[in-house]
Amino acid sequence: MNGSRTGDAGDLRSGGPWLDAGSPDGDVVISSRVRLARNLSGFPFPRRATAPQAREVIEAVRRAAWPDDLASGLIWVGMNDASAHERDLLVERHLISRQFAQNEAPRSVAVSADESLSVMVNEEDHLRMQVLLPGFRLVEAYQRVRRLDEQLEESLDIAAHPRWGYLTACPTNVGCGIRLSVMLHLPGLRITNEIERVRRAAKDLHLAVRGFYGEGSESAGDFYQVSNQVTLGISEDDLLAEFAERVVPEVVAYERESRRLLAERNATLLDDRVFRSLGVLRSARMLGLEESMKLLSRLRMGLCLRRLDAVPMETINRLFLMVQPAHLRTVAGLDLNDDQLREARATMVRKILGGD
Amino acid sequence: MNCDHCDKPAVVHEVVIKNGAKTEVHLCQAHAAMAGYVPEPQPLNVLLTNIAPAARKGPPAPTCPGCTMTLAQFRQHGQVGCEQCYEVFGAVLEPLIERAHAGRTHHAGRLPRRRAAPIDLRELRMRLVRELDEAVAAEQYERAARLRDRLHGLGGEGATAGNGEPLKE
Repeated sequence: MNGSRTGDAGDLRSGGPWLDAGSPDGDVVISSRVRLARNLSGFPFPRRATAPQAREVIEAVRRAAWPDDLASGLIWVGMNDASAHERDLLVERHLISRQFAQNEAPRSVAVSADESLSVMVNEEDHLRMQVLLPGFRLVEAYQRVRRLDEQLEESLDIAAHPRWGYLTACPTNVGCGIRLSVMLHLPGLRITNEIERVRRAAKDLHLAVRGFYGEGSESAGDFYQVSNQVTLGISEDDLLAEFAERVVPEVVAYERESRRLLAERNATLLDDRVFRSLGVLRSARMLGLEESMKLLSRLRMGLCLRRLDAVPMETINRLFLMVQPAHLRTVAGLDLNDDQLREARATMVRKILGGD
Repeated sequence: MNCDHCDKPAVVHEVVIKNGAKTEVHLCQAHAAMAGYVPEPQPLNVLLTNIAPAARKGPPAPTCPGCTMTLAQFRQHGQVGCEQCYEVFGAVLEPLIERAHAGRTHHAGRLPRRRAAPIDLRELRMRLVRELDEAVAAEQYERAARLRDRLHGLGGEGATAGNGEPLKE
């Protein structure tokens, strides 16, 4: 086990690395993530595995030769022992998928001490390893996850095929089994109604555009997760070059331009959106999740464009996490009903933003 | 009865009486077409082979020996059950994979440096040849072409099994 320990989701208190302010291109790129899908040879994939087989896979992965520097700080969370609340916390930290949280089969997740790296065991594939970093740091994220991949391959037999590459449960992931994604904050493109053009362009480039929590989620708070879909017939390096050197910089430039135009031509409209948002956040007595995400998003845009300086960026970024239901319940009480939760959210936001 | 020009079964039979002399013509589908005969419409279950496999007569749909998954189960969930499924359902998966990956057909990235159980290429090749024969016999030409490509993709005898390098075309 290389000195790793078993913990619970409550051990993860820092808030996640993706909340850091001042990251590269952090005005638009919230976070960068690289995820690899791998399966162990000789075991049915998780959907077809029996419970003993699934447990055997978990044991094999835990016994594998993890990189020394990582192994000592790893926290293993057994999903079957975690409460629904703890599982929700992990989803809100983007450390596990919703699907993984809700499944009932034997499954486990390993999280690095700084929460930048996580490995889900028995999600759709035996291994889903990801590195998630704040700002635009895709290359670094790839280098780190690749190092882990190469190290784990030393002691695990990974399913692969000369023609299809890494074999995955879903044939859409074969080849490199890699998903490069960035979480983008695009309020400018949303307000100027340009977001549909981005969606269309992304589709032409075989990219997926999803919401805040990935597959199947809506774009709460003007956040969009953009990721590659093609994983076969192109090398990791070429994918990375295309995505990190061409696609993302283009969207970032487009968002900045629409923010600039908004500030230049429609300063009053922009300020109205920003300060109205601040006003509601400082005064509301009940706040829904979606509403608070939207208002915080507008506030964040105002900060990026220096329309106001009343609140540090770090505080806004942290609030995006703290308004999420599981995090809020941790602070305000686990047994709150929906109305009480909305009240607790408004109270917390008012307090942090200095409202009345 | 076989075709007058080849060994395939004749599908067109005609008796021609010219100047009191009787000649019989027996032609297979291909030679009948070349001679300008309009073919008989094929039965619906043959025509619909590609879109209604259930209506097709023939061997039962394959089940993966590795995880007991059937083709119907794959179609229901869109996920295969184990690594062997990629061989067992290869003919079905191939066009799906190509579509999902913008027409790309061969892995171009890295592979694990070691593989414990190299794929038995000889056995795979033999099976593909068998499947190819069946496809040609059943006149499933698109499937036959895909199988030929896969065989071609496997390369020559003993090609790089298990060394972790992609096989070259």
